[in-house]
Amino acid sequence: MAIWLPRLAIERWQHAERSAAGEGLNAPNRSAIVALIEEAAHGPRIAAVDGAALAAGVSPEMRLTDARVLCPTLRAVPGDPGGDLAFLRRLAAWAQRWGPWTALDGHDGLLVDVGGATHLFGGESRLLADARHCLARQGLTARLALAPTAGAAWALAHYGPEGAILPDASLRGPGEDGGMADALACLSVAALRLDDEVLLVLRRLGLKRIGDLARIGRDALRRRFRQPSPELNPLMRLDRLLGRVAEPLLPIELVQPAWVQRRLLEPIRHREALEHVLADLAGDMACELERRGEGARRLELGLWRVDGDVAMRSVELAAATRDPAHIARLFGARLDAIDAGFGIELVRMRAVWAEPLGPGQADLDTRTARRGTTLAECLDRLSVRLGAGAVRRPAVHASHIPERAQAWRAPPMPDPDSQGLSDPPGRPLKLLDNPEKIAVLYATPDGHPHRFRWRGHVHEIARVEGPERIAPEWWREKGSTRLRDYYRIEDSEGRRYWIYRAGLAGDGRGGLPDWFLQALYG
Amino acid sequence: MDMSTLPRAVELASFGMRAPRWSPGGPCALHSEIFAGGRDGSGAGMALALALDGLPPGDEREVLWVQDAVSIRLTGRPYRPGLPAALRRRLIHVATASCEDALFALEEALRCHELACVIGEIAGNPRALDFTASRRLTLMAEKHGVPLFLVRLDAQRDLSSARMRWQVEAAPSPAPRWNAQAPGPPAWRAELFRSRVHAPGEWILCDDGQGLAAERPADTPDHGDLAAAAGDRALAAR
Repeated sequence: MAIWLPRLAIERWQHAERSAAGEGLNAPNRSAIVALIEEAAHGPRIAAVDGAALAAGVSPEMRLTDARVLCPTLRAVPGDPGGDLAFLRRLAAWAQRWGPWTALDGHDGLLVDVGGATHLFGGESRLLADARHCLARQGLTARLALAPTAGAAWALAHYGPEGAILPDASLRGPGEDGGMADALACLSVAALRLDDEVLLVLRRLGLKRIGDLARIGRDALRRRFRQPSPELNPLMRLDRLLGRVAEPLLPIELVQPAWVQRRLLEPIRHREALEHVLADLAGDMACELERRGEGARRLELGLWRVDGDVAMRSVELAAATRDPAHIARLFGARLDAIDAGFGIELVRMRAVWAEPLGPGQADLDTRTARRGTTLAECLDRLSVRLGAGAVRRPAVHASHIPERAQAWRAPPMPDPDSQGLSDPPGRPLKLLDNPEKIAVLYATPDGHPHRFRWRGHVHEIARVEGPERIAPEWWREKGSTRLRDYYRIEDSEGRRYWIYRAGLAGDGRGGLPDWFLQALYG
Repeated sequence: MDMSTLPRAVELASFGMRAPRWSPGGPCALHSEIFAGGRDGSGAGMALALALDGLPPGDEREVLWVQDAVSIRLTGRPYRPGLPAALRRRLIHVATASCEDALFALEEALRCHELACVIGEIAGNPRALDFTASRRLTLMAEKHGVPLFLVRLDAQRDLSSARMRWQVEAAPSPAPRWNAQAPGPPAWRAELFRSRVHAPGEWILCDDGQGLAAERPADTPDHGDLAAAAGDRALAAR
């Protein structure tokens, strides 16, 4: 999303004036004819004008003396470009409400990456409406546009219709760029963000619209414009506009993760030496994190090889920590499959995700060795060796279907409050991953079971309680799903099971119902 | 070495006579093995009952439950609504692909002082679970004071250094108060066949939700006294 604030400087000045006068933001404009001026090489020049001055024929880029001729009552006020830029920076940080990543665009615009975030606002058009509303509340005139590339969004914001939306490539028609070139063809070539001289050349050549450039072919353009800088080269700008070439942008807020590295004098090829370096790095990382008052949650280890290859390893921690021995041990378990090749010359560790962690008390007594590890350390070691999905905690899930009533979550999260979801009584201790089909002998099809065969053994049913009828979730399952009648049973030897009959005889959803054994009681 | 702390030979000989009977509520061993069939949930149920029996009231520490892939296939995973209410909010489950991984997980868990107890489930007699491995588990549990209850599904009674070894099978449950036709609270027929501090014996255990209750089965003679009278060591495996 591109946000262009064409009247930023003058609106900011007006706001400051009204605040100084103690009036609200929505007070009527005073009938002063105001221009903000800046010092240029040949005397003062007008940088921005308000509406009244514009009506009087004064326009930006004019000399102040020329403007005074046109409009003798013009009030000249020195501009504040530094303040405008600082304001724009604050605005860029504020614009992160619409997307995680924002950048400044010149001195009067913002670029916000809203990829994957539009659904949070109820679609692209609602996102634009929200942005327009929020900016208007700040008293800013803004032109907004949404497009798949930053260049296209900028072009639409400055030269396209108000509030233009160019949907993502996957939603558009066929073609190399999904019809993006056609959608932008009628815009002026100035929408390519070119230098004034290049624009003059293009105008003299009769190329006024972006579509004209596409018509004369890439080779001709490449011959005529040879400059490597994108501001001077329409072809490069065109490629960036259509997303054929990625466009690097500087985000407003760049968080530098803590990182430490060791450049090795002699490339190492042996595991022991690498573990030594790793222990050193973990110590450095602990110092760096302590200086920042942080503890690492996710760490990345990069091993650069002499022969131009790099191996990355990352570990995630259950709780923020900066214990060097623990970090070194976790990475030590992940070093097995690394091919050192001709040797590793650079080892770098980055704390990609860190959380605040206050300074801790060093273990002064020797009881630590006997006391063992903490729970977080234990979980880290388990998930590093067994994989992240192996260590989980059963949690409540809002469903009455037995196998869906339990969700598995990552362990550091405490069990969320069940909020009145009471566990139904008489549930079994252990649930099979898949219900197993059993052959059941019964007196009547919808009566109690008498005997069943499971895994090749016959069980005589001595006691039975049921049925407990559990209907399918009709809002997410097909209409042909059958209900379940659960029975708690105990066989003649005292083994207790939870079995169910899927469906009823004659319910119109298949033939005779099947029986399944789903769970075991303790 | 201080010889005076060691038991004298005459005491060892009469150990079986003097050994106190096991009863619920007493101190639990730090490494127990529970042999059970893989066709019902009695092993896990008994392990949980013993674990809860040994935990102090009001304990809020986490409980770690390690299962290998075969035991998950045989008897399934723990099901939260069916767990004892005291454990529902503090269970962490570890699923491992092999017995080696399960042993690693058990050892790491025993090293952690923030766990109330560790429950393991391993099916069969895998090669990795030999006497050395069980000895490592015993030492680790006793060093850090974290109790381990290892359920052995469909396993032979191999060599092990576990301090208490049980053989468990399901027993017909006592009739519930209101519906005599329904299954009642879980009951097990448990045989303590090896222990360092208790005489071997056989009990019908029942967990009625209030605690573990034990009674001697009516149909079997009292093996514990017989064994002691024969001068057998209480430690001997059957």
